[in-house]
Amino acid sequence: MKTCKFQLLSLFGALMLLTSCGNNNGKNKSSGALNSSNAEKVYVAPGEHDEFYAFLSGGYSGNVTVYGLPSGRMFKEIPVFSQFPTSGYGYSEETKPMLETSHGFVPWDDSHHPEISLTNGELDGRWLFINGNNTPRIARISLTTFETEEIIEVPNSAGNHSSSFLTENSEYVVAGTRFSVPIPQRDMPINEYKGNFQGALSFISVDPEHGHMDIKFQIIMPGFNYDLSHPGRGKSHGWFFFTTYNTEEANSLQEVFASQNDKDFIAAINWKKVEEYVNNGGGTKVPAKYAHNVYDESTHTATSTMKKEVLTVNPLDVPGAVFFLPTPKSPHGCDVDPTGNYIIGNGKLSADLTVHSFDNMIDAIEGEKFDGEAYGIPILKFEDVLAGTVKSGGLGPLHTEFDGKGNAYTTFFITSEVVKWKLGTWEVIDRKPTYYSVGHLMIPGGNSRKPFGKYLVALNKITKDRYLPVGPEMEHSAQLYDISGEKMELLSDFPTHGEPHYAAGIPAELLAPKAKKIYRLDENKHPYAVTSPDQARVERKGNEVHIYMSTIRSHFTPDNIEGVKVGDKVYFHITNHEQDFDVPHGFAMIGQNSSELLIMPGQTKSSLWEPKQVGVWPFYCTDFCSALHQEMQGYVRVSPAKSNIELSWSLGGD
Amino acid sequence: MKTIHLFKIIPVAVFLVLLYSCKKEIKQDGSSTQTSSEVALQSKSGQAFIEDDGSTPNVLQIAIGSPDHTTLVAAVQAAGLENVLVNAGPLMVFAPTNAAFDALPAGTLEELLKPENKQKLASILKHHVTAGNYDKSFLKNFKKLGQADDTNTTVEVKGDDVYVGGAKILGSVKAGNGIVHVVDKVILPQSN
Repeated sequence: MKTCKFQLLSLFGALMLLTSCGNNNGKNKSSGALNSSNAEKVYVAPGEHDEFYAFLSGGYSGNVTVYGLPSGRMFKEIPVFSQFPTSGYGYSEETKPMLETSHGFVPWDDSHHPEISLTNGELDGRWLFINGNNTPRIARISLTTFETEEIIEVPNSAGNHSSSFLTENSEYVVAGTRFSVPIPQRDMPINEYKGNFQGALSFISVDPEHGHMDIKFQIIMPGFNYDLSHPGRGKSHGWFFFTTYNTEEANSLQEVFASQNDKDFIAAINWKKVEEYVNNGGGTKVPAKYAHNVYDESTHTATSTMKKEVLTVNPLDVPGAVFFLPTPKSPHGCDVDPTGNYIIGNGKLSADLTVHSFDNMIDAIEGEKFDGEAYGIPILKFEDVLAGTVKSGGLGPLHTEFDGKGNAYTTFFITSEVVKWKLGTWEVIDRKPTYYSVGHLMIPGGNSRKPFGKYLVALNKITKDRYLPVGPEMEHSAQLYDISGEKMELLSDFPTHGEPHYAAGIPAELLAPKAKKIYRLDENKHPYAVTSPDQARVERKGNEVHIYMSTIRSHFTPDNIEGVKVGDKVYFHITNHEQDFDVPHGFAMIGQNSSELLIMPGQTKSSLWEPKQVGVWPFYCTDFCSALHQEMQGYVRVSPAKSNIELSWSLGGD
Repeated sequence: MKTIHLFKIIPVAVFLVLLYSCKKEIKQDGSSTQTSSEVALQSKSGQAFIEDDGSTPNVLQIAIGSPDHTTLVAAVQAAGLENVLVNAGPLMVFAPTNAAFDALPAGTLEELLKPENKQKLASILKHHVTAGNYDKSFLKNFKKLGQADDTNTTVEVKGDDVYVGGAKILGSVKAGNGIVHVVDKVILPQSN
């Protein structure tokens, strides 16, 4: 037997050499091929609809993509933190304010963790929240229009990573800082980090009716890195849990110096206690500068307001509100099971998962069984709060989701796999490879009180050979698994856009019926809207020219405009008079230093053009709107700066 | 069916290798020379088995290509760890030579290679892997390293030499996903 094994190994060696320079592509067909029943499971017949929506963060695209499950078809890219020439988001006059920050106009961000709003800990499908990681921001997206409605900047924060997770009734969207920084920002030596830099955990209230966000308070924590977070739920509602790393407070070569301690912490925050403290006048208002950008659906216009101060809370001023739970090996994911009892910290340099028990934590707190303190914050004893350890055999555990049937699913980056294990017994039930180096995973509702445990999507960081090669950069791969049975089953593999860090899924029946089809023209309150074609006109205010324009299949009103001069600032304010689902009109002007506009039915959008050359310059509709789309056009006559040509406009005239 | 196919093609394979000699020479610090070959298996899938002749070889490919590491490669195979060693990492592998394995007490290796000891073998092999990518001189900054088996190992400096878990670094090869340090001993985890 043993001899046989060694023979096989030498054969293996020979085989490797054989294929080293060959094009033998007959590999792994046995494991990679779909069998017919799996094909049926992901097949959505033409005209049929998917069972789930999946919202995937775009990572460095700054946006969110909307997919259907199980088909893996992409339906839409929602612009959030990045300018999006496809629709004119961030280019149109109405949406430029959405990307304003205290640093000025920032046309990009790194979107990470989408989260669907919750009621009683269950998905309610009103809004989607997502964090911008780089210039710290939280965005709220409407799940009726599927458009970004609001962005709030987070001051005193940097690398807004342990965000944007929601409390059980969406009371707060929570944003924790990855980088600790000087608070307030100031000129100081970097090597004086330790003890001087601090980490802000921001609790941003969400108006229950409109969803409007406002920073209620920031807890100013020690200068660790706050990596991920999740809310308590059920019995642990009122608490929030954050993983930390770099409790060493290293400020350079973190890959070495932030990995010296065997254990870092999960910070447990009793936010209800802190809320009560600030409601009774606690906390300190400090100067801060951060933008709050709100899009108004009735005016189709965003406004940006610069806020001037924020309420901060020193955790030592609220006894019993903040505790540290020792957790091995630079924990990354921080996930809470549907019952709210288990808090899972995945030590990314570990092979094991650490599961803490909320009940144990409360007992330890009540018994005041502390194991020292860090900057005055009590540290609980590891053994006292530990519920169990999952000995998985995998390497590099990152994130955990749940199926609502007592099972948990954890991704392992280094060993490229998803491991299914049982809550309470900690036994491993199944493991399946991913392709390759999986980061987050997503089960619809899988981090809420009510998961829909039918499908699991693995979001991989590395694609390599999964698709036809398209040069050095490949879109990241996702794999869909059927988790309805005891064993997971790989169903399909599809590319995603940008770098999908995390995703949120929800049954289609909760969203599809309320998806908006048109904006009502009679509800359009845009100051430059024209609600009937006879209001179309052109007005001059100094060197500003405002063109009040309407569109309907298949013409612009007006279509020919004269009297514009070099040096003018020409604003096209275009109202789409269509009231028919999925009939936008586009607008593009030759030589315009901006993107096109894509104007939805009933909507008004504005675009600035600064003509620099004398001539007669055409514009046209960019969306193939009708059989006469190619006829949908117009001209602007641009005269010399000193010309006396009067403003005039026409449609169908001589 | 597959086996028959395999046996039939081996002579052809050897011939092809001799004829086309598509192995790559990798030189590092002038001290060690390794050869690498691409890896593919009929019955396995995963990153270890991607055909890619353009990228810098990964740590697994380097080990496979080295005539001094046939025992290590056999052990990695037996433990089913191929896909672990081709990950984005970064991975720092301390690769004991064949002589290092030969120096183990008689029967140790044979015992570890038994199927029932697969987990134990995997643990020992993972004790030779760090999530990191540090060259020999940089390693002198460390007192200890956290290894992939969840235990620590020591780093000692004696003159110009660096010893990891008592094993001396003989030479180093940069890899596409990290670095391979060739060591003269098998590093055994300290019992906790």
